[in-house]
Amino acid sequence: MNLAALTLHAAGEKLRAGEITSVELTEAVLQRITASDEQIHAYLTLDREGALDQARRADARLRAKDGDSPLLGIPMALKDNFLTQGLRTTAASKVLGDFIPTFDATTVQRIRAAGAVIVGKTNLDEFAMGSSVENSAFFATRNPWNLERIPGGSSGGSAAAVAADQAIAALGTDTGGSIRQPAACCGIVGLKPTYGRVSRYGIIAFASSMDQVGPVAKDVRDAALVLETIAGHDPADSTSVKRSVPPYSAELLGGVKGLRVGIPNEYFASRMQADVEQAVRRAIRELENSGALIEEISLPHTDYAVAVYYIVATAEASSNLARYDGMRYGGRAGARDLTETYRITRDAGFGAEVKRRIMLGTYALSAGYYDAYYLKAQRVRTLIKRDFDEAFKRCAVIVTPTTATTAFKIGEKTQEPLQMYLSDLYTISINLAGLPALSLPCGFDSEGMPIGMQVIGQHWDEATILRVGHHYEQATEWHKKKAPAIGN
Amino acid sequence: MKYEPVIGLEVHAQLLTESKIFCGCSTKFGQKPNENACPICAGFPGVLPVLNKRVIEFAIKAGLATGCDIARTSVLARKHYFYPDLPKGYQISQYELPICVNGYIDIDVDGAAKRVRLTRIHLEEDAGKNIHDAYSDSSLVDLNRAGVPLLEIVSEPDLRSPKEAGAYLKTLRAIVQYLDICDGNMEEGSFRCDANISVRPQGSERLGTKVEIKNLNSFRAVDRALTFEIGRQIDTLSSAGKVFQETRLWDEQREETRSMRSKESAHDYRYFPDPDLLPLTINDTWIAEITAALPELAASRKHRYMSEYGLPAYDAELLTSRKDVAEYFEHAMQIHANAKALSNWIVGDLFRELKERQLDEQLYIKKWPVEPERLAQMVQLIDQGKISGKIAKTVFESMLDSDQLPQQIVNDKGLEQVSDLSSIEVVIDQVLTANVKQVEQYRSGNEKVFGFIVGQIMKATQGKANPQKVNEVLRAKLKSQA
Repeated sequence: MNLAALTLHAAGEKLRAGEITSVELTEAVLQRITASDEQIHAYLTLDREGALDQARRADARLRAKDGDSPLLGIPMALKDNFLTQGLRTTAASKVLGDFIPTFDATTVQRIRAAGAVIVGKTNLDEFAMGSSVENSAFFATRNPWNLERIPGGSSGGSAAAVAADQAIAALGTDTGGSIRQPAACCGIVGLKPTYGRVSRYGIIAFASSMDQVGPVAKDVRDAALVLETIAGHDPADSTSVKRSVPPYSAELLGGVKGLRVGIPNEYFASRMQADVEQAVRRAIRELENSGALIEEISLPHTDYAVAVYYIVATAEASSNLARYDGMRYGGRAGARDLTETYRITRDAGFGAEVKRRIMLGTYALSAGYYDAYYLKAQRVRTLIKRDFDEAFKRCAVIVTPTTATTAFKIGEKTQEPLQMYLSDLYTISINLAGLPALSLPCGFDSEGMPIGMQVIGQHWDEATILRVGHHYEQATEWHKKKAPAIGN
Repeated sequence: MKYEPVIGLEVHAQLLTESKIFCGCSTKFGQKPNENACPICAGFPGVLPVLNKRVIEFAIKAGLATGCDIARTSVLARKHYFYPDLPKGYQISQYELPICVNGYIDIDVDGAAKRVRLTRIHLEEDAGKNIHDAYSDSSLVDLNRAGVPLLEIVSEPDLRSPKEAGAYLKTLRAIVQYLDICDGNMEEGSFRCDANISVRPQGSERLGTKVEIKNLNSFRAVDRALTFEIGRQIDTLSSAGKVFQETRLWDEQREETRSMRSKESAHDYRYFPDPDLLPLTINDTWIAEITAALPELAASRKHRYMSEYGLPAYDAELLTSRKDVAEYFEHAMQIHANAKALSNWIVGDLFRELKERQLDEQLYIKKWPVEPERLAQMVQLIDQGKISGKIAKTVFESMLDSDQLPQQIVNDKGLEQVSDLSSIEVVIDQVLTANVKQVEQYRSGNEKVFGFIVGQIMKATQGKANPQKVNEVLRAKLKSQA
């Protein structure tokens, strides 16, 4: 049996039943990494010894029946923008170089306390800015389904690792689609929770009003199990909300009978790869066959989402990245004076896309332009939120494609930033509105690349989108399709 | 042409909270560099600010004490600029929606009352400190101060002279001291002031071009810098020159202001609401609670001293101008409630002593040359007739550099007043015998000699004889023997 191919819940059952040990499971995962990561390049930093150490401790807890978390003994990967105490954290940027954090992110603390085994840190677009991991300052990550293709981004390392059985599950962050889009590209499940549901403390910030941590997983149940472990109020994050966290994994059953499912006209009217549209329409019919009530709805301000997003997100990013000045951590350029030090340090430290976004954001916040850009964008953001408020009067969830196309070829869009930005067309409105959304596999294109379907929920209602996703999985087999095993 | 200065002040008051504004680090002053610094102070990747509730409370107190409207919703904003002592590359402050607006402070200049309007009071975090190390020729950063909470208190341009500016600052400082939210120490930088100043022809309604002056680290510096700058601007305009909008630095050594940066090179701070912090909402209940717990401020205390203790306005003003003095006075009153006598000793002898020891330059006197208990006990001895006012001066002097109680000093030095009639009579008889000539002069109508004879008696008793008794007995004796 290939232990690394197990889902989190299946592996957890075996661990708790004493059929396997965490060390065996971790070794199986490490073996997959050894075999395939020279081709996939999902990991930036591996912690083999640390992982086995944690696995041994998890086994001791399992034997002592100390703790019943579904994550106990489960090897997981973390996107490299989660601070990990004593373990290098780079955000895939040279500006952080060999930065070794002094503390764990709150979410990392929570999965550690649950007994998860942290295998390593996965690649991403520098500072989570990108849709393909091609913006990593270190190397590109490959899609396990086709090594010529991007894994999606920015949590592409986490998605590729989970799809290639290099981790049982992973954590990612999603600011404009960075969990859902790579999940769709890699044929797995990704969930962006409601803004405020999960702590951002210890996450290297990109755009603070939209960044949200979420699970990257092999199926919906796994996503639910991870979410219930990491969710909940954190006093260290003022934007995390004091609301009780439902037992998501216990609320997966119940089906979709009578559930109103909204289908936004605007999302299907735009140009979309034909087999993506077919797959998603087929999935909607599947839900209808299960008793869901399909409603056509309208989200009239959808067209503005990309523009609004690239003003708000870059404005916040230009501010969040001001701290990388070479004074306290990371590299510092030798220079004649202070201004030169800043200029050379930041010029050498940041990649082209990060610089592009810092410049866009700086411009949007400048005196004389603030009202026309940032303020106007915030106003339109309110309209986009209202679109969803209106839509949710008529339906409980909204179903769309996660992406307009399947994973494109590496290098195909690197010269076309605007084309790259359009990869997030269907995902960014959700971040602007702060809603939860799930991406799960719903088919393959003619070239065998996975297609993702997005299920958007109302604020705080992760339970319903997980239930819809779980029901769909029960009715179909897509989530069971595995990427070809590389390096065997 | 006559010119009129127009001055507005921006004061940064460091708040006396235990911990910093966005993390749990201590605000204690004088620690080793970077001892009070954590990843949040240092702007590490991934850290987030959490607003200290006490800071909001202190800001509300300041707003209530200065007649401000307290914003039910206000917003924390990021102010961007690069400097090594600013770890995040931005300072968290308030911009469009500050916590307090539209207040005022009543000041008193040479007996004339004036109301100075406040534009706003807002919350912000302090930056760290750059220290240039000449020995290693490098700059070092100390983040102990980074994240210490500040209130920025901005006045309208209502001040018309350096003197008014000084009165405003002193009144404002007394308010924050009374509220116990800031120690008001200008030299240590916990009460800092920047001035905006312009001049215009007398009678003109239009404002002139303003100049901002920084680095004003004492009341004296504020006075000297404003006086200098008024002169400079008037000279410039009088010689058909132009005043440029700029920031100027006060040079303490040279006693002049120097250009620091022009308007053109001013920073674009790119303020925007901090997405890490939700809008700050304050409900009426909280405001009511804070209002109920507000301490009595200088102005109302002054009126109480006048109505309750019958003190003259002059005394009440002096006693309440400093919170520490008012507390001293009230402490002494609890021990011996003779308000006027205590006031006389405090504003007279005690103040003279404070000035001599330069203690009056301290913002909050913790160690007094004579504590309120002992001063009150001394006044009590006077009122009990145990010592005279004159002897009390000796007792006061003896208390200064000792911790001896007044009664003990009186005992040790044998200063107790002699009120016993028979012993007074003995001395008087001796003095009269020794001064036959003066006695005759008195009897022949020279009343002035009486004082001389009293003096001789006091001298003979080393001042201990009860002067009232001496007067009575002496008059009787001189009359009877006539």
